[in-house]
Amino acid sequence: MKQFRAFIKKEWFHIFRDRKTVFILFGMPVIQILIFGFALTNEVKNANIAVLDYSKDAKSIQLIQKIDASKYFDVYSSLNRASDIDKVLKSGKVKMVIVVPQGFTQSLEAKHKVSIQLIADASDPNFATTLFNYGTSIINDFQKQYFIEKIPLVVTPEIRMLYNPQLKGAFNFVPGVMAMVLMLVSTMMTSIAIVKEKELGTMEVLLASPLRPLLIIISKTIPYLFLSLINITTILLLSVFVLDLPINGSVFLLVILSMLFAITCLSLGILISSSTNSQQVAMLISLMGLFLPTIMLSGFMFPIENMPLPMQFISNLVPAKWYFYIVKDVMIKGLGIGSIWKEVLVLFGMTIFFLVISIKKFKLYLS
Amino acid sequence: MIFAKQLTKSYKTKTEEVKALLSVDLNISKGEMFGVIGPDGAGKTSLFRILTTLLLADSGSATVNGLDVVKDYAKIRQQIGYMPGRFSLYQDLTVEENLQFFATIFNTTIEENYSLIKDIYEQIAPFKDRRAGQLSGGMKQKLALSCALIHRPVVLFLDEPTTGVDAVSRKEFWQMLKKLKNDGLTILVSTPYMDEAEQCDRIALIQEGKILMNNTPEKARASFTEPLFAIRSDNMYKLLHDLRDVNLVNAAHIFGEYIHISSPFINQETIVEELKLKGHNQIQLIQIDPSIEDVFIKLLTHLESHEQISE
Repeated sequence: MKQFRAFIKKEWFHIFRDRKTVFILFGMPVIQILIFGFALTNEVKNANIAVLDYSKDAKSIQLIQKIDASKYFDVYSSLNRASDIDKVLKSGKVKMVIVVPQGFTQSLEAKHKVSIQLIADASDPNFATTLFNYGTSIINDFQKQYFIEKIPLVVTPEIRMLYNPQLKGAFNFVPGVMAMVLMLVSTMMTSIAIVKEKELGTMEVLLASPLRPLLIIISKTIPYLFLSLINITTILLLSVFVLDLPINGSVFLLVILSMLFAITCLSLGILISSSTNSQQVAMLISLMGLFLPTIMLSGFMFPIENMPLPMQFISNLVPAKWYFYIVKDVMIKGLGIGSIWKEVLVLFGMTIFFLVISIKKFKLYLS
Repeated sequence: MIFAKQLTKSYKTKTEEVKALLSVDLNISKGEMFGVIGPDGAGKTSLFRILTTLLLADSGSATVNGLDVVKDYAKIRQQIGYMPGRFSLYQDLTVEENLQFFATIFNTTIEENYSLIKDIYEQIAPFKDRRAGQLSGGMKQKLALSCALIHRPVVLFLDEPTTGVDAVSRKEFWQMLKKLKNDGLTILVSTPYMDEAEQCDRIALIQEGKILMNNTPEKARASFTEPLFAIRSDNMYKLLHDLRDVNLVNAAHIFGEYIHISSPFINQETIVEELKLKGHNQIQLIQIDPSIEDVFIKLLTHLESHEQISE
């Protein structure tokens, strides 16, 4: 026990005496949350648009005001000629142009039918689709508000966005960032910490001492497990208080399952460290072999349902995928263990598997 | 205390198999200071790692303090002190923290065995709050030795402890080792420096995984029976070439500012005359006693000529 305590104390010294490590451990989660929360968002907010209004009558002006007032769009300029549309889109200053035909109010009231043209810059197709959807929904809304009583039969779809009514990107990326940060702290930092001892030759002395190899591994990883807990707490606090993202499920369950994932990552870190002898290689394997699949195949960036079948199959082998599902279900949908036991079981199985292999592979001997 | 029989170890690389040890036998008694002397790559580190249970030999057996290095590795790890070739200290921990850490992992305290390391540790104690990474080579070496001794081991393994350390620190270090030896500690030490061999009770000269000689330094030197001379002139490079052409000279090797030559029936005047004819001036020729290095080089040249014959 005394050995264990001394070892952990030594490990803390390593962590806190290296500024770069401290920065990665504590700065990274905060920076990632802030970057994903405010910079890297595919939500549309105050997109600049232009308007070409041929009618300029009461209703058309009302419609345009309504669009301008919404938080999604800003009317950047009013055009006078059709030839300006191409110019203004090419300049890149506006992303969409709304064209209102002549006699807007008149056509509406007489024929109950009028077309409005939405011309979007589709060089970024996702963004264009989003703009188009928002534009359509505002126009539909407008139409309902003013003409519903005049249209005899109409089927109005009532859309409800469950769990995330405001369609906030944070609902998707907070679980993703949690998986990424745990991967970084637990896998990369642990593997580097163990390999560092090999590189500096101190592992040779540790192995020639009465310390049991298992004790060496456990004492090397415990501090990182604790740091993972701190990081999870930081991320959750940031997402609740800075990003206004509520935790709908049990916080306790969320933290416990995050620790389970942290242990999965730790065992992967030990596994990496036992098969390499240099810090650079350990870092490369962690980044290329684990970090990238976490981003690409966990469903965080790209929906797994849209992937070709082989990729969907491979994604099942990525531990982060299961953790990502768990966090989404518990945090956002507010589900309990009863609904996610399958995912938890898979993650648990993976953890045991990696833990057993990595401890078995950790050598009693050098080389 | 340390006993090895037919130890063999080889490493496989992609292209070839490197033989690190070829049937090495050792028998080191309690309280002895035993030196393993040989150049880099001779197999010294492999031998040390096998004896400290860090590496498994391909074949052969070894015991340390009566314990088998394979079966009883855990027990051996409690009894030995090991200082690897590189100074294996935590660079970001202070002198005191390093010592404290190693004391604790060996289930002891600094206070308990302070008497053993007192002389060594007192020299670095003024710097006890300094990080180990900022110490000079000599001080690092003293700290590493303190850490290896803190649990009062029965055998001390020192793998090239003086490599990369200045001459004064090297001398001090050997004095410390002698003192430890006088306290009854068994010490196995390796070094590439031949002059340090004289400090040991017994030495083994090792080259390419083979032990060429295992003897006391005195007996090793006595095995060099031919008369040995040191010679110099105004043109050393030409001298070496010319000496190898002189029939009477058996071997000529550069040793610092002299060339050592040996010959069974040497005639000093003849050699000087012959060299003068070849245009050398300021020739100095003195008979000397052989050093361990002379012995080692002679053994190596024998080995090479044998190999050439067998090929």
